[in-house]
Amino acid sequence: MTNLLYSKDHEWVQQLEGNRVRIGISDYAQHSLGDIVFVENPEVDSEVKANEAVGSIESVKAVSDLITPVSGAVVSVNEELEDAPQSINEQPFDGGWIFEVELSDSEELKGLLSEEEYKAFISEGEE
Amino acid sequence: MRKSTKHSLVKEKNKMTNTYRYLPDTEQDKKEMLDFIGVSSIEDLFADIPAEVRLTEELNIPDAQSEPEVLKSFSKLAQKNINADQYPIFLGAGTYDHYIPSVVDHMISRSEFYTAYTPYQPEISQGELQAIFEFQSMVCELTGMDAANASMYDQFTALAEAASLAIGQTKRSKVLVSKSVHPESRQILTTVARGQNYGVGEIGLSVDVTDLEQLKAELNKDVAAVIVQYPNFFGSIEDLAAIKELAEANGSLLIVSSNPLALGLLQTPGKLGADIVVGDMQPLGIPMSFGGPHCGYFAVNKKYIRKIPGRIIGQTTDDNGNRGFVLTLQAREQHIRREKATSNICSNQALNALASSICMSALGKKGIREMAMQNIEKADYTAKSLQSKGFTVVNESAFFNEFVVELPRSVKEANAKLLEAGIIGGYDLGIDYGKENQMLVAVTEQRTKEEIDQFVGALEAVING
Repeated sequence: MTNLLYSKDHEWVQQLEGNRVRIGISDYAQHSLGDIVFVENPEVDSEVKANEAVGSIESVKAVSDLITPVSGAVVSVNEELEDAPQSINEQPFDGGWIFEVELSDSEELKGLLSEEEYKAFISEGEE
Repeated sequence: MRKSTKHSLVKEKNKMTNTYRYLPDTEQDKKEMLDFIGVSSIEDLFADIPAEVRLTEELNIPDAQSEPEVLKSFSKLAQKNINADQYPIFLGAGTYDHYIPSVVDHMISRSEFYTAYTPYQPEISQGELQAIFEFQSMVCELTGMDAANASMYDQFTALAEAASLAIGQTKRSKVLVSKSVHPESRQILTTVARGQNYGVGEIGLSVDVTDLEQLKAELNKDVAAVIVQYPNFFGSIEDLAAIKELAEANGSLLIVSSNPLALGLLQTPGKLGADIVVGDMQPLGIPMSFGGPHCGYFAVNKKYIRKIPGRIIGQTTDDNGNRGFVLTLQAREQHIRREKATSNICSNQALNALASSICMSALGKKGIREMAMQNIEKADYTAKSLQSKGFTVVNESAFFNEFVVELPRSVKEANAKLLEAGIIGGYDLGIDYGKENQMLVAVTEQRTKEEIDQFVGALEAVING
């Protein structure tokens, strides 16, 4: 996928029309978690703040917080994950998207990583 | 054989002494111990205690008694107690005198059930796990909810846990609880809330039910949940649909504490929009036992299934495709994510939950409904009889098996007189509500028409006397 931004918490952010962004977890994150069995989405219409936990992702190995990389109002969640949480493993960037936010401050995007920066960040962590 | 044993006990000094026949310190033992520490007699051990503070005469206590004598004197003492098997009881307020099928005791007395402490290992506990699974299923059916846990201590802790769940879920800072909720539930809630750092606001009464106007006024974005009881502490049926509407419009959860027996007839809280339903199984299969131990239940709609405190048993299939039962979901909050858990309760009330399951199975759907119906009819008959004698029944709403009657003198006095007449009277609302003249009267299926008439007559005599 091109034009994705990343957070250090391993979420990706895709800019849609206007101030709307779509958020999911990176391929690296899904791979580290293993088989995902449940996703607790944030509530539609709820206000979320960057870097706070808004839900959780349960895999056979662990339960991890779902951290939003941006602030704003949740406008949509991927309801298909309720029956098919494994979509996150299978297609982390497409069918496995998690939620969409109407940004309250688009400046926040500038603090995120580019794909190259994110790749460098991961390999740093693995050393 | 026998004679020689007796002979050796008395005669030989290295056997137990006659004075302390169950303590194996013989004269020889004592002598060895004294020799070892270099003291010549036991008396010498008290040398440091001043003579004037020492007891010089014999202790003034009765002589030792034999085992048959002890049994006799204790059973005489026990006969001084009055219990609900001897006197008709009109006391409820959370603990009720109900019929318990005798099969319940026989089943729970099987050692496979009553000796197990945490009987959760699927390899060896399929019977117990299935029993708990059936319990959960029956709770779901009665409450109209999607999922229930394996039980909790009692309705009080279950209610506080429900409030904590709502706080964790909504990330709001307080809950609103109606004053028509059991006073002890509210006390436990306040204690738990203080520890977990959230607020508890109380909503007053409109006669015998929650004041909906006040509830409306107090609802704001800080309120995680509205908590009501159904039937409430005064026996009245709250308008759950109206309360749900107010709560939902504010984004607050609706928590309902409910008597499961009443749910045999009432519209289920689940159908009326409850998010969490809790309560006490005591009315179904658990003896009063001075108010405990009881058995709480905890049921939620599907959305909160992963937030349920305590244990949940799930049905599954093994490698060969056979039906089996295992603990499920509980790992999430209490093991691998403890810091995020809203509860640290990992226990349940397995034996009492089993008693309740057996009771419900023995009564069956029809039996529970019939029992609930008898409660309503007998309570109604009692209330009408009292009214016909000039008493005022306070309840304005429909009630289940309890109602409040206003007396011209204090409940305390009335109950003392009733006891003299061989009747255990109702609950004194002076204790929690400052209404010294209001008695909360419970009438279960156990009360006969004769007993009810006797109660009404005795109460009338108390007032006139």
